This record gives sequence, C-alpha cells and structure tokens, in this order.
Amino acid sequence: MPTSLPGHGAGTALELEPQEQLSAEIAAAQENVHPGARQPRIDFPAYRSSVLRHPTKDLRHADPEGVELVAPVFGHGDVDPIESDLTIQGDGEPIGERMVLAGRVVDGDGRPVRHQLVEIWQANAAGRYVHKHDQHPAPVDPHFTGVGRCLTDADGAYRFVTIKPGPYPWRNHLKAWRPAHIHFSLFGTEFTQRLITQMYFPGDPLFALDPIYQSITEPGARDRLVAVYDHGLTTHEWATGYRWDIVLTGTHSTPREPEDHE
Amino acid sequence: MSENSFAASPGQTIGPFFHYALPYEGGGQLVPPAAPGSVFLHGTVFDGAGEPVPDALVEIRQADPHGHVPRREGSLHRDGHFTGWGRAATNASGRYLFTTLTPGPVHGGAAFFGITLFARGLLDRLFTRAYLPGESDAFTRSLTDAERSTLQIEADAEGGLRFDIHLQGPGETVFLTFPRHAA
Repeated sequence: MPTSLPGHGAGTALELEPQEQLSAEIAAAQENVHPGARQPRIDFPAYRSSVLRHPTKDLRHADPEGVELVAPVFGHGDVDPIESDLTIQGDGEPIGERMVLAGRVVDGDGRPVRHQLVEIWQANAAGRYVHKHDQHPAPVDPHFTGVGRCLTDADGAYRFVTIKPGPYPWRNHLKAWRPAHIHFSLFGTEFTQRLITQMYFPGDPLFALDPIYQSITEPGARDRLVAVYDHGLTTHEWATGYRWDIVLTGTHSTPREPEDHE
Repeated sequence: MSENSFAASPGQTIGPFFHYALPYEGGGQLVPPAAPGSVFLHGTVFDGAGEPVPDALVEIRQADPHGHVPRREGSLHRDGHFTGWGRAATNASGRYLFTTLTPGPVHGGAAFFGITLFARGLLDRLFTRAYLPGESDAFTRSLTDAERSTLQIEADAEGGLRFDIHLQGPGETVFLTFPRHAA
C-alpha cells in the first residue's frame, strides 16, 4: 500500500492503474445499489485513500443527548460580510468566470437552518489551491484565496460571489482528474447535523470517472450534489448564477418549539 | 412537498486542502491554557495500518463544568467566552490538541465530549463520544468491554485527557449514527 503523501495520493505514474480498472471497480461497487442510500459508501476502495481510513464495523445507533442536541452558535461577530465575496479579498480581480452561488440550508423536514455558519473552499479557475501541498503546475492566482464564509439568514439562505473553480489532477490513478467542485462545511441546528460535502457543476464529463463522486452509489443522491445553473441569479455583464440547496439530516422527528426568543 | 424533497445531502471527504480554510487561530483553545480549570484534551488519529493521520480535522462539542451547554455566539471569535465548541487539525504526527474545561454531565447523563472527525480519505464525517474517566451510561453499557474502552478518555500523567481515535484496525473506535442519519 503506498504511503499517504500530501495531496490525494501516492505513487509514480508508472505504478498508477488506468482509468479502465478504476471504472470497473466503481461499476462493481455499484452493482448492488440500495435504493435510497443517500450517503457515500465509506468503504469504497476505488478511492484509494479510503482503504485504511474507513471504519470496518457498523456505525452504532445512539440517541443524541446533551451536547449533541445543540449546534455551536455563530453570529455576526464571527463572520465579516465581505467574507462571502471571494473576488474582493486580493488587491485585484481574480482570473476566471465570476459566479454568484446561492441556495438554502434546510433540515430533513424542510425547516430553514437559520443563522448558521457556511464555509467554502475551492481551487482557482486554473484548478490550483493555494495550499502549500498542492503542487499541480497550474498558476496560483495572487488575487484569489478560494476561502469564504457566511451565515445563513432567517430563511436559511446563503449567498457567495466567487470564481468558478477548474478541475485538477490527482494521483488516485492514471489520468485522474477531479470534477470541478467547491467544498462546503455546514452546521445544522444540532451537533448531529454537522456535514462537510462538495458541490459540483452540471454536465461535468468527469463525473462518471471520479471515485469520490461515485462513492455515492445511488444516482439520485449523487444528483443532489450538483448545482443548477440559475439564469435568475445570473447578472448582466458581471456573473453567471448557480443555485444549490443543502439538506442536513435532523434528528428531531417533530417540529421544535420556536427558538427565537433570546 | 414530498418526503424526497428533503432527502439528505450526501457527505463527501474533506479532501487534502482544507488547512488554509477551516482551521482558525485559537480554534483548539476553548479556554486559554492559563485559565482556571483548563485541561488538555489530546490524542492521535490512527489509520488501519496504525499510522498517524496527519490530515484529519477534529471538532468537539461539550458542556461546561456545570453541565450547561453554551448557546453563546462567538465560536470563531470567542472574545474570552466559553462556547463549548472547538476545531483542531491534526499535525504531522497525527496529533490533535484542545485546551478546554472538563465537561460536566448534562441533565444527569454521563459526561462526554461530542466529537466529529473528518479526514482526507474518509468519505463522510464520523461521530463519536469521548467519555470522561469512570463515566458510563446506557449506551456504553450496551457495548462490549473492548468497544467501550475505545470511548474512554485516559487521564495521563500530566493531568491531561488523552483520547486516541482509530479509524480501523485493532481498537477501532466505536463510531455513532443518530436517528435519521440512516439512508
């Protein structure tokens, strides 16, 4: 087993397997799809880095209690409104396709997740992260860090202005390229709803080839990670618009009492 | 709307490049090291080969020493207040460190830290609990001795709280799923 180096993986080009082999592994893993399986299969060896990093025993059912019922609380003192605009963090305009990205965060019953933190991070238009371990020979954009934060509003809505990220290569296998994506970090109304995921762009030709995306074996569930182009969000001579809504599984099976009395 | 309208969004791995985005200054210091009652909660995250995981992120949620769960804003900029939430990346040796207060039991339950774990290679977040030494409840009593031991904090020689996390292998940590997490 190759040791895990910084970056996604290991090995030299000579020892990396071809896409055909990876695609066959993905197809085999997806033969027994359980309808409604909404989460990625954490034992998904086509994503090589997962082999030694997934639990082998079943997750144990627990009833949330105490601290697990209460999400961390964020407020306007935690986040500066300008952090939601990733295009104004440098001294100039970042390169690439400017985009408005907006959506709502709701729980499993459709209730808005209000005033919670949304964090994003992403590669630049050339597919390069500012991370010191990203050695992909594509340009670093001096005007783009690819990091943003905001709070959801009273309706659970969030909105970012950013640059559409590019796809980038990784060393999971030969000619492995990640579909363009934006990482999202989310909090619900309770600790058990914590989620980190990735948002993808519609029509990406790399979807079928990507073991991280395909680790969600149920097609309908995979689709939920793909944003939609939204012409209403697109602005004249300034930015394209994408919409992506997020559902966080809630433990509460019945509506909660109103909580906005502080 | 139909039930399916609110089907859960799937998780995905945190990937290798989160370090410049998620960790923040003082994220692991729920209280300053010199604060009265401060304690180190620390440990190592191990993979299935027993190797440390240098690119994991650990978050904790906890009560204060009186068993009160803070609902105060300011978890990124605490401004001197205890918010009961913290975030720490593992270092090159796979170690994480929080400086915090010892949580009390909430509503008569057992005293534990709620923990969320993320890592490159881990396709979805994992939840677990780190119980204070000697603490048990109906959940831990439902486990075998070996399983239960994976959720027990050890008091170390320096008075700190040590909690190692094993993603797999001998001593694989018991990870949790909560109602409605299931597909």
